[in-house]
Amino acid sequence: MMGAEFVQLSLTPILIGTLSAIACALPGNFLILRRQALIGDAISHVVLPGIVVAFLVTGSLASLPMLAGAAGAALVAVFLIETIRRLGRIEPGAAMGVVFTSMFAGGVLLLEQSDTSGVHLDVEHALMGNLESLIWFDATGWASLLDPAAVAGLPPELPRIALVAAAITVLMLVFWRPLKLSTFDEGFAATLGLPVRLIGLALVAVSAVAAVAAFDAVGSIIVIAMFICPPAAARLMTERLEHQVAWSVLFATLAAVLGYVLAGYGPLWFGSPNAVSAAGMIATVSGAILAIACIAAPHRRRIGQPAG
Amino acid sequence: MSRIVTPPALGLVATREAEAEARAEAGRAALALREITVSYGESPAVFSVDATFPRDSLVAIVGPNGAGKSTLLKAALGIVPRLSGTVTVFGMPLERARDRIAYVPQRASVDWDFPTRVIDVVMMGLYRELGLLGLVRASHRERARACLARVGMADFAERQIGQLSGGQQQRVFLARALAQGADLYLLDEPFAGVDAATEKAIIDVLKELKAEARTVVCVHHDLATVTDYFDRVLLINTRKVAEGPVATTFTGANLQATYGGRLASAHIDQLKLAD
Amino acid sequence: MSTSLSVLADALLLQGGYNAALVAIGAALLGIAAGAGGTFLFLRKRALVSDAIAHATLPGVGLAFLAMVAFGLDGRSLIGLIAGSALSAAAGLFAVEWITRRTRLAEDTAIGAVLSVFFGFGIVLLTVIQTQSQGRQAGLEGFLLGSTAGMLFQDAVVIAVGGVLAIAALVALRRPMTMVAFDPGFAAATGVNTGRVDMAMMMLVLAVTVTGLKIVGLVLIVALLIIPAVAARLWSERTDRVILAAGAIGGVSGYLGAAISAAAPGLPTGPIIVLVSFALFLGSLLFAPQRGVLAAAIRHRSFQLRLHRRQGLLSLARSEPIFDPLTLRVLQREGLIRTDRVATEDGRAAAARALRDERRFEIAREIHRDDPFAHRYDGLTPIEDVMTPDEIAEIDRLVNRPLSVGAPA
Repeated sequence: MMGAEFVQLSLTPILIGTLSAIACALPGNFLILRRQALIGDAISHVVLPGIVVAFLVTGSLASLPMLAGAAGAALVAVFLIETIRRLGRIEPGAAMGVVFTSMFAGGVLLLEQSDTSGVHLDVEHALMGNLESLIWFDATGWASLLDPAAVAGLPPELPRIALVAAAITVLMLVFWRPLKLSTFDEGFAATLGLPVRLIGLALVAVSAVAAVAAFDAVGSIIVIAMFICPPAAARLMTERLEHQVAWSVLFATLAAVLGYVLAGYGPLWFGSPNAVSAAGMIATVSGAILAIACIAAPHRRRIGQPAG
Repeated sequence: MSRIVTPPALGLVATREAEAEARAEAGRAALALREITVSYGESPAVFSVDATFPRDSLVAIVGPNGAGKSTLLKAALGIVPRLSGTVTVFGMPLERARDRIAYVPQRASVDWDFPTRVIDVVMMGLYRELGLLGLVRASHRERARACLARVGMADFAERQIGQLSGGQQQRVFLARALAQGADLYLLDEPFAGVDAATEKAIIDVLKELKAEARTVVCVHHDLATVTDYFDRVLLINTRKVAEGPVATTFTGANLQATYGGRLASAHIDQLKLAD
Repeated sequence: MSTSLSVLADALLLQGGYNAALVAIGAALLGIAAGAGGTFLFLRKRALVSDAIAHATLPGVGLAFLAMVAFGLDGRSLIGLIAGSALSAAAGLFAVEWITRRTRLAEDTAIGAVLSVFFGFGIVLLTVIQTQSQGRQAGLEGFLLGSTAGMLFQDAVVIAVGGVLAIAALVALRRPMTMVAFDPGFAAATGVNTGRVDMAMMMLVLAVTVTGLKIVGLVLIVALLIIPAVAARLWSERTDRVILAAGAIGGVSGYLGAAISAAAPGLPTGPIIVLVSFALFLGSLLFAPQRGVLAAAIRHRSFQLRLHRRQGLLSLARSEPIFDPLTLRVLQREGLIRTDRVATEDGRAAAARALRDERRFEIAREIHRDDPFAHRYDGLTPIEDVMTPDEIAEIDRLVNRPLSVGAPA
């Protein structure tokens, strides 16, 4: 199970899934603390039109245009949500619902209308992800990791998500203090001269970049599970933000690895030769982790909240 | 009253001299607000308020609910956008004086379920000193602890903030402001919903600050304590009604003008008033 | 192109065949029910709970299919799939409420977690079904984004009947639901069981969602619950009119969307319906008379200019310096001050009038201090707009007399 076949078929999907989950969980911690979990929902939906438009403009699925398109779409969405909320005096949840469903609908129609048959972009993929297909053809075994020719044949999604995950980690370490400060007390942060609006937008943009990098692996909707479930479960484990982030990374990794393994090998245990959707299974496992945390985690309740 | 005077009857000429004088006075004050107007939607929350907060003073901003007290404070800090007006802090524009201001927001403005400890909140007051990546030294921690001790919370440093009572939360916020080491302290309803012990602890600290030649401005709602706690008062109800030393300004007539019929005259009789 | 146009025309005029007509009517009924039902959800500020409900239907669809096949039935029976989706949507709704009540996590986190996890599990089930049915198309993918192509006659009937039932339930429950949405505290005080009404509202939303799954798809059906309500809110301040308008917008969106989709069978129906309703929303946002963008922009600019003019005139009258550049510009443009900031003849007259009106308003506020109407004495509205001439005369009498502040009103 851990031999050449594993390296060829499972190693890269597991790595990509894990890095995607981590890249999403990191900003997800702040989204849930800011009561913006559903911004994560909105962002992951508008990644699709962002990618489609970037593809129509550049004609390729190169990383940079995709990332820029998705981040741009997320900022457009936030701008629209804010505009609708202000101008129409409409509550943010409803404004969000208007914007992300419409943009997603536009993305689906654009995708159906345009000729993307030559590239790896279709509606089913956008909804369900395609983690299983990100295999390493050129690998012959663990030794391939040291073989430059084989390494060059790694699926391009892997270096991309690795870069994104690393960049998000660095950004978060560097801007930890302003991020924490403005998340806890925006008014106070503003009096210190911190650009609180910019910080909020940057968080959205970073989340969008994480979402698009994870998009290949898990699609538009399951990405939401990666944003929300590991940080939410982590919140119930501890009372310190630093520890919460660490727990969320652990849960994200666990969900990705366990989810992939269960999807690939689980059906075999039931005598079925066919694997099930790895992305779906990762979401299911992250949900199971959250459910366990909700029932048994040490800090699952607020002070004074009824038991039950 | 510290209005820039030329008798109203004498002509309608806005002269450059008056302008210069106004600027000079703004420079002498700890905080000077000119023509501040803030509006949420179509009706102004604060309309054209001029106010001067001299150095070394302990000032209460008083007015009925919805009179724009907190809004005025937030406009002075640049947290809410001003429709018009200028803010001068120690003679400088707001942006250049950030290091000299400390702010204590309303307790209810944050989520106390946030995963963090008391000491971490107080350390936030050191942000402008520490910057993005500045190393936290033992001396920083000691200062934060000293600020906590000053509000009587030394033993609570490691507590989770969700475990604090309302009064304790307010004290933590005050400790954070103390850690900023500012010259001008702006507090939004520091006594709202706190216990008597906390109220005493807070006012003692505020009086100490004034004794150290710092300036303290509080949005305040309890008329009964104005004369005991403060030495100046600004009465507003969307517009400024009066400002000046408590001794001459906190009068029944001014209160009636601020609160209108909402303040029964029987209530006014019970207050300790200036005259 | 001309053929697809004529197909569209046929579909719009219900001449594209019996099935297409029935689907369009079903979509319209569904749109009405979703628009009106979604309004209550929106007014209750719980719009996005419906997103969790919608996504939570997917495992139910999958499990119902598997169960029906296991019992030797046709797995594609719409009634059976709807029943399954309703059960799992109810489970999702319960999970959202349980997490919100029993843990420290907020409702938005619970919604996001439930919708994505249920959806993910649903996808797992879909892949199981794909491998089991081995090449035979189960057609369940149509539930993701909606599909009317090849819809069976009895499916269209099920949807139309479901729409009618939902509308009937709405009509029956409109009074208690309006009360609870508008003011839950008051509703409870008058003896309405708000918990039960909320539950009924959620069940209604759930019913609309599962009925609409086949046409709009579970990913986007939330749009049909939210967008018409939000668009309608822009047109009126009265709850009953908002509900009617939302029903109308939803109905038109469903009808037009289904018709367009009949003309372009390759495209998923859901996104088309959503974009039609979004277009109606955009029109509303721009042109609605009170809350519309154009109206608001015009109003805001004129408010700002009035404010600065007023503020400037008062400063002139009191001989206070003016610092604000916009105030100076407004006064200069109207010829009220010269470029060196000295007041002109007109400026002095206007300033005197402004000061007089300010004094009048001050007295008016004093007289009407407890009148909620007194907030209109903001100094920006001309005094003649808010007071009758005799009221003004009475106030002027007081202006000329020193008013003892604090005298009984």
